[in-house]
Amino acid sequence: MDLLDETAHEICAAADPWPALVAAGLTGIGVAEEAGGSGGDLADAAAVLRIAAYHAAPVPLAETAWLAGMLLAGAGLPFPGGALTAAVAEPSPSAGAAAGSRRVPYARSAERLVVLEEGRVSVYDLAAVEITPGANLAGEPRDDVALASARPEATAPTEITAAAFERRGALARAVQLTGAARRALDLSVRYAGEREQFGRPIGRFQAVQQQLAELAGEVTVADVAVRAAVRTPDDPVAVAAAKAAASRAAGPIAAIAHQVHGAIGVTEEHSLRRATLRLWSWREEFGGEAAWAGVLGEMDADPWTLVTGITGD
Amino acid sequence: MSRGMATTATPTDLEPGVLPPGTAALREEVRAFLAARDFTPRCDSWLTGADPAFSRALGERGWLGMTLPPEYGGHGRSPLDRFVVIEELLAAGAPVAAHWIADRQMGPSILANGTGEQRRRFLPAIARGECFFAIGMSEPDSGSDLASVRTRAERAEGGWRLHGTKVWTSGAHLAHAILVLARSAPQGGDRHAGLSQFIVTLPAEGVTVRPIRGLSGDHHFNEVVLDGVLVPDGMVLGRIGDGWRQVTAELAYERSGPERLLSTFLLVRLLRERAADPAARRAVGRLTARLWALRQASLAVAGALARGRAPDVQAALVKDLGTRFEREVIEVVREHTPGVEPDAASPDPLARALAEAVVQAPGFTLRGGTNEILRGIVARGLGVR
Repeated sequence: MDLLDETAHEICAAADPWPALVAAGLTGIGVAEEAGGSGGDLADAAAVLRIAAYHAAPVPLAETAWLAGMLLAGAGLPFPGGALTAAVAEPSPSAGAAAGSRRVPYARSAERLVVLEEGRVSVYDLAAVEITPGANLAGEPRDDVALASARPEATAPTEITAAAFERRGALARAVQLTGAARRALDLSVRYAGEREQFGRPIGRFQAVQQQLAELAGEVTVADVAVRAAVRTPDDPVAVAAAKAAASRAAGPIAAIAHQVHGAIGVTEEHSLRRATLRLWSWREEFGGEAAWAGVLGEMDADPWTLVTGITGD
Repeated sequence: MSRGMATTATPTDLEPGVLPPGTAALREEVRAFLAARDFTPRCDSWLTGADPAFSRALGERGWLGMTLPPEYGGHGRSPLDRFVVIEELLAAGAPVAAHWIADRQMGPSILANGTGEQRRRFLPAIARGECFFAIGMSEPDSGSDLASVRTRAERAEGGWRLHGTKVWTSGAHLAHAILVLARSAPQGGDRHAGLSQFIVTLPAEGVTVRPIRGLSGDHHFNEVVLDGVLVPDGMVLGRIGDGWRQVTAELAYERSGPERLLSTFLLVRLLRERAADPAARRAVGRLTARLWALRQASLAVAGALARGRAPDVQAALVKDLGTRFEREVIEVVREHTPGVEPDAASPDPLARALAEAVVQAPGFTLRGGTNEILRGIVARGLGVR
């Protein structure tokens, strides 16, 4: 494991990792230094994000570096310190101003919200907007935000489209899915080696081994697909395919992990839920497999052209 | 705790493969070749689509024996160049069965284990598409438990005499030679010891090749009866007693290639052509996404092999998922093309492809190691077995 991975694991395994992530410069990784980030490429950012997801760290890392960072950079706005979140604004039915956004990740705990609306990026102080708390299955904040009466701190025009923003969000969630998936696999392998029934560890039974192998297969294929997509984050085919693949795999991964864990896994105390509740939440966020399959299916190209695409060539 | 845990599952990790510069141009060359060539695309064409003339044409283009060194008639290309060529041929449903085993396995195997004379004799012919091979491994009583083979090699004047029966030997009726795994020493405590590989050129006295017809009555498999055929010492492949190691060393090549994902791809194309409603197009998108991911995994294994690694566990899990995907394609296509009945004689290409896919599908998860055996390999890699 390289140094970045090791540092990220150490920080993310702790109870409240955000201050340490900030101190280590990991919250701005993947955002250019001249824009106020920590530099590094998207593969570095993905390594950290995957590890944070592995530990189910309750931090807006994807939102800060991947989403807000992307919008700010694309509008030439500086990347401020602190926890950020980002959303596409739904237009107000009456006035020209943005009405707000639904299910904004970490709105109640982040400092600023970066909003994309009709060719503009605007930054709002979250202390000054109306927030209605909500949550995903895993308890991560997904809050509704009303912006009609708020004034942005900064605003600038941008070329970034809502589709490009959705793609970046999908890629980030895909990376997170692979982190949670890896955790579900590791917990299952460990439990199968520890739990004894009929006088031996359950992992000695072929029926359980076959399940674990299938689990490992789903985790590995989703992981390598998402890693490949991270190398070409602006390729709409790669991102759509990777999110569809990771979202599809999440179901069987969670199901097998729970089956291997038996009844102990379906309790609030057990840490498996931290992985599986996230798998079930993240697979839908920024589009599930049906949504991205629809995008791929409507592309005007032969499926083989899509599969071989530009990746790697 | 967390740090240690994060590394427990590394046996299954894969780094994405990167195709070298120039493969895009190579891919276009293959596509242009295929577009200009007259053939009927079919499902599972790497087992059922034998066309010696097509194989020779590929040889002329330099697309067989690609990774073999030029001194043996090969082309000194990267395994990833070969990956691009074969995935294009498979996706097109091109008839590649005649040379498939010679190109995929026997070329590399003879290069790795063969004598100078064997290399000079077989490799240039393999690269020209003029020497087809079959591999005799399974027997009536030896399937998944390959080490239990009973075919025996007895020492004779100047060589070995083989006695036994091989089954499911793909393409033996077209092959110029067959590689036979046989027991050259009685089984002792180590059941993997005492096995050897022998090259038997065909036709030969003491070898009878009989068809084993498939579900639809078609002829791809054979029974090969070895009744005392003499194999000269010069046709022993590798070292006597080293057969098990030689066989298992090739398995990652055999297990994770694009032929483990693409056997039914023709159906995806045909569904795309007639996908009239959004639900059908979404189904195509779903299959496209799955294939995109599986192909990345296959490419990643190919990349690891090209770097000299031995990703056996990853190859096994790619084959497990890939072959189940090949079958899932059939179900998805059926769901969105109601009224199409599988019929090999139909004028409708979809009805034909469906017929080919349905009867071949049970074999997808059997050949090259059953999925249960593969999952056992993965479980061992995970440390639970």
